[in-house]
Amino acid sequence: MSGPSDYQPSNPALQWIERRLPIFGLIHSSFVAYPTPRNLNYWWTFGAILSFMLGIQILTGVILAMHYTPHADLAFKSVELIVRDVNYGWLLRNMHAVGASMFFVAVYIHMFRGVYYGSYKEPREVLWILGVIIYLLMMATGFMGYVLPWGQMSFWGATVITNLFSAIPYAGESIVTLLWGGYSVGNPTLNRFFSLHYLLPFLIAGVVVLHVWALHVAGQNNPDGVEPKTEKDTVPFTPHATIKDMFGVACFMLLYAWFIFYMPNYLGDADNYIPANPGVTPPHIVPEWYYLPFYAILRSIPNKLAGVIAMFSAIIILCFLPWLDSAKTKSSKYRPLAKQFFWIFVVVCVLLGYLGAQPPEGIYVIAGRILTFCYFAYFLIVLPLLSRIETPRPVPNSIADAVLAKTGSKSTPMVSTAIVLALAGALFAGSIDSARASEGNDKPPGNKWSFAGPFGTFDRGALQRGLKVYKEVCANCHGLSYIAFRNLAEAGGPGYSVAQATAFASDYKIKDGPNDAGDMFERPGRPADYFPSPFPNEQAARAANGGAAPPDLSLIAKARSYGRGFPWFIVDFFTQYQEQGPDYVAAVLQGFEDKVPEGVAIPEGSYYNKYFPGHAIKMPKPLSDGQVTYDDGSPTTVAQYSKDVTTFLMWTAEPHMEARKRLGFQVFIFLIIFAGLMYFTKKKVWADSH
Amino acid sequence: MTTASSADHPTRRDFLFVATGAAAAVGGAAALWPFVSQMNPDASTIAAGAPIEVDLSPVAEGQDIKVFWRGKPIYISHRTKKQIDEARAVNVASLPDPQSDDARVKSGHEQWLVVIGICTHLGCIPIAHEGNYDGFFCPCHGSQYDSSGRIRQGPAPANLPVPPYQFVSDTKIQIG
Ligand code: FES
Repeated sequence: MSGPSDYQPSNPALQWIERRLPIFGLIHSSFVAYPTPRNLNYWWTFGAILSFMLGIQILTGVILAMHYTPHADLAFKSVELIVRDVNYGWLLRNMHAVGASMFFVAVYIHMFRGVYYGSYKEPREVLWILGVIIYLLMMATGFMGYVLPWGQMSFWGATVITNLFSAIPYAGESIVTLLWGGYSVGNPTLNRFFSLHYLLPFLIAGVVVLHVWALHVAGQNNPDGVEPKTEKDTVPFTPHATIKDMFGVACFMLLYAWFIFYMPNYLGDADNYIPANPGVTPPHIVPEWYYLPFYAILRSIPNKLAGVIAMFSAIIILCFLPWLDSAKTKSSKYRPLAKQFFWIFVVVCVLLGYLGAQPPEGIYVIAGRILTFCYFAYFLIVLPLLSRIETPRPVPNSIADAVLAKTGSKSTPMVSTAIVLALAGALFAGSIDSARASEGNDKPPGNKWSFAGPFGTFDRGALQRGLKVYKEVCANCHGLSYIAFRNLAEAGGPGYSVAQATAFASDYKIKDGPNDAGDMFERPGRPADYFPSPFPNEQAARAANGGAAPPDLSLIAKARSYGRGFPWFIVDFFTQYQEQGPDYVAAVLQGFEDKVPEGVAIPEGSYYNKYFPGHAIKMPKPLSDGQVTYDDGSPTTVAQYSKDVTTFLMWTAEPHMEARKRLGFQVFIFLIIFAGLMYFTKKKVWADSH
Repeated sequence: MTTASSADHPTRRDFLFVATGAAAAVGGAAALWPFVSQMNPDASTIAAGAPIEVDLSPVAEGQDIKVFWRGKPIYISHRTKKQIDEARAVNVASLPDPQSDDARVKSGHEQWLVVIGICTHLGCIPIAHEGNYDGFFCPCHGSQYDSSGRIRQGPAPANLPVPPYQFVSDTKIQIG
């Protein structure tokens, strides 16, 4: 459809270039004059949304790489420094991390749309297969990107996924060693993952060009699945499709911004705020949400090799879709049976995703096997069979006919499918949290935090009191190594002046050196210094604390969480509840009880805590009433101390939280106005075409 | 049904298009700012650029030390009587970048010369106690500085800059 164009630019300079390189003609024929079916619905805007997301990921990724250090000892810290110190680093990091999830949200909708409307059918087979290749590359890129922050989930995710290759007979072990560049996941692995994570997006961009090229040769499919025949069936790409796509992107940005500014950690895992530790595996290894259905398939096969084969087949099978489904009618709109099975298939995928986040035991294993069967049955049994036995409804003669017929009956199914998909997405996305729901601990009670919600700010008094509690109590065992004294005087923090922060710093003795004689020496702290840790190294910390090293508290409020369970994680998305960490920390501080309940065994050297997972904690009850004096008349009770120090630790975990929420509000105001303007512009442009 | 040409409310339509275009332009420009701003020094780099203190007591006459402040080498020279006299004897007006020695040292501490040791030509580090002027010699393209750090010969256009510093005591300075 995009044959040689007779387009000629009017500007003589452009004409000069055009005669030598017909690039303006190419752009004009591909993105301006290109005829696009006039009956496309909003599901078709996801192509543009995906291009937009790819651009955002590459842009933010290139910038993050300017500040990131791909070294096993420094990677975790460098990510924290990006978030804390780089101008707008928190924003760029959130954009990139959330962007990966949004990219997958969009690609899944795009793929399901292709399946529903038969967009893979003749003559679009190559177009479809290129899409599957893009999807595979995206998965590889997403996985390696998740490894880079070098947190616990990064490390163990890398270990588990690379070990998939050890299932290959004979060569497996050598292949895994080759992937690692060592005897286990380590610094060489991180380095090569960084390199490849930088490379793959450009490969994706290359395949996207092929994908768009193939699209422009075959022409776009459309909801009615009849090819455009006359000019009446199409509208020019610009302005019609351009404006509609931009409106779609604007709406998608609202969802994207919701996560960036208000729920940046909703789709992530709290464990990834714990630095990678090769000696301790987190209790539940859960991949990012977008891999969960395949993870569920992997786990439901009891044989290692067969499981890995099943998992990869589940993706590769998509390539054969054009031949597995040989029905002549493209759109499921006119295929009553295929339509029903499509929705069943969607539900199967969502449920598989849910199971992927559950512990592999009991009913979950059986359900996983049934659903794995259903997944493959859809491709191998249902679709081939339907192609032979189903009698489709009559297809309209032309797109113009379909549009005319539609103006009478408004498209109510669109709304219901949107609701179904939104619900499914929410269920899917939040299912990671539910992985922890089964632990059977007492849930930490919810608190009213000043920093909760879209307009939350830190209570300065609580931050200052919390700092005092940290300094006088917690600091005896716990470090706060990501916080510098200068942070105390920064906006959005405890509200001290620079002079106060400097005075606070000078109370500390900081080890420095070596001096000219080669000796280490101690000097008073300066604002640029970080809080000194109570122990010189982890071994010393372990030795002094009965074998359990007290964790650094800088990130504790984000590194701890508890399962919210269904349906709370869906509600949380809308209420922006994300204070699991602070609720947990405050609960553990108050959860010590002298009386150990019946049936709970607490080993020697441990203490009973109601909210600690497993109830046996090595930390003795740290706070008691009246222990720290307050100058501002606040009650000196354990409850108050806990609340104050937790508020303080929430600030240390995210010093720019107030800036994030403030900017988020501005962005939302803008996006709502912009999306509204886009909507009316789109209506105007399309006014003559409906 | 091709491009929108049948404008029944031309002004309203135009206003809408202009408003949408303007909103897109403003949003795009605002979104650009974080991507530019991130290139600037981050908070830890700025904090690390705080003033430093240098103890001068171990530097004997005729010796010099090099310290780093904000990633730049700072030469601190304990000048000899001869060097000071030389620096003061020249005709200031004849210099490529006229500046008196007085203006480049702190009064009462004339024996101490504190300069940023970065050649004003293209940024190489001049070598102390070399060249024809009892000062610094830049090996890159042959610029020569005198015992006051002033440019005397070669392609460099300006004197070695004096960093902001003050004497905290007779034997201690604070740079920055
Ligand atoms: S850089 Fe010193 S002379 Fe050119």
